[in-house]
Amino acid sequence: MIEVKGLVKNYGTLRAVDGVSFSVRCGDILGFLGPNGAGKSTTMKMITGFLRPTAGTAIVDGHDVKVNPLAVKRRIGYLAESAPAYPEMTVDEFLGFIAETRGYREEVEKRARIERVVNLCHLKSVRRQTIETLSKGYKQRVGFAQALLHDPPVLVLDEPTDGLDPNQKNEMRNIIKQMAAEKAIVLSTHILEEVEAICNRIIIIARGRVVVDETPDSLRARKPGARLDEIFYDLTRSEILS
Amino acid sequence: MSQIPPIFKREFIGYFRSPVAYVFLVVFLVASVGLAFFVGNFFKAGIASLESYFMWHTWLFVFFTAAAGMRLWAEEKRSGTMELLFTLPVTTSQAVIGKFLAAWAFLCLAILLSFPMAITVGYLGDPDWGVVGASYFGSMLMAGSFLGVCSLTSALTRNQIISFVLSVLINLVLVFLGWSVFSDLLHAALPTWLVDLLANFSYTTHFEAMKKGIIDPKDIVFFLSLGGLSLFLNVLALER
Repeated sequence: MIEVKGLVKNYGTLRAVDGVSFSVRCGDILGFLGPNGAGKSTTMKMITGFLRPTAGTAIVDGHDVKVNPLAVKRRIGYLAESAPAYPEMTVDEFLGFIAETRGYREEVEKRARIERVVNLCHLKSVRRQTIETLSKGYKQRVGFAQALLHDPPVLVLDEPTDGLDPNQKNEMRNIIKQMAAEKAIVLSTHILEEVEAICNRIIIIARGRVVVDETPDSLRARKPGARLDEIFYDLTRSEILS
Repeated sequence: MSQIPPIFKREFIGYFRSPVAYVFLVVFLVASVGLAFFVGNFFKAGIASLESYFMWHTWLFVFFTAAAGMRLWAEEKRSGTMELLFTLPVTTSQAVIGKFLAAWAFLCLAILLSFPMAITVGYLGDPDWGVVGASYFGSMLMAGSFLGVCSLTSALTRNQIISFVLSVLINLVLVFLGWSVFSDLLHAALPTWLVDLLANFSYTTHFEAMKKGIIDPKDIVFFLSLGGLSLFLNVLALER
């Protein structure tokens, strides 16, 4: 579903992403881990076609993001970090705008699409409120609803549970898990327990490079008996200190 | 191009979601009509014409189009919604055109809201409606060129104030080049052909004939090409 091939991104003289490659199949939930500034978000932004890679490319559902970014954008649902949305719009209007740009112009289908994600993300009680008046948790769910509206085969979620309370986190994880069977999902997070709870693959990147690409079980097997955060610390420590 | 309508709609409605749009409309009307009455002698002149209303438009637009256009891209960048917009299946030019048209429509609304003046003049006297029509057309066209510059400066920064100041500066220069007071000053230093050439790049020069009711294709071409160039650079600035 997603084929990432040697992605590189330079910001001036700084190399934020340095040759990241991996692939995600349908049914995978890939947990993207790494210290702050490791290049997680930058990699995701390149996969979604928002940033142009300096080198390398990503192929999403058969479409090269460098050659045909629009086709890639049609197939991806993307939740950006801190869920940006137009604050002056109501939830309904905002989802209506997304539906229209996603090509659902007919009133009946547009309504049906919106209705589905409003129910899925439990937004019924706030749908007539403007987004600026919503709490962090609701804003995050609006961003999630927006990403799911066109039922995309690929989901890219940048810190989807950030800012949610423990119950909401759990619920969000359940929704993601339920959808996993027919989608390829990439999510980034700082929370190691989250990766254990829902991901079937882990990629740890540090300083723009992939340092680990394996299943949670084999990661745990690296140091039997240790907690995941100890293993994470061991793997990324050299990067932090240097 | 089918992606333009939803972007236009969102942007246009967005203006009316904050009191800023209403404040803008009221202040623009008060300023434009006020200048016509108190400085342009609209009433005292005793002539059934709107020339004293339109004569201030080049000056007013320097500030008002900058105010209407400064948020176009700077706000998207600051709030991060640009990332949302450009991960939707929308090309940069579609987004630029959609947002530009929305802001332009808003400016046209501000200009057209002076219609009671036209009605009054028509009721009290016998104005040349051709001239009135040409002036409205020219003014709205010119607003588009001004706005193109504002949209471009807005794409260069995430700060609305910087965008405002930049576009005021650029548009002010483009007004000055054709302003008689300024070109008299230039005559002292530069040869006449150069001063005339520079004046050709001014809003003032190209709006002059339209105010008098003459719609000259070269004026239309000037406004359209200036607007087009700005929007082209706008797309480049966003894609860089």
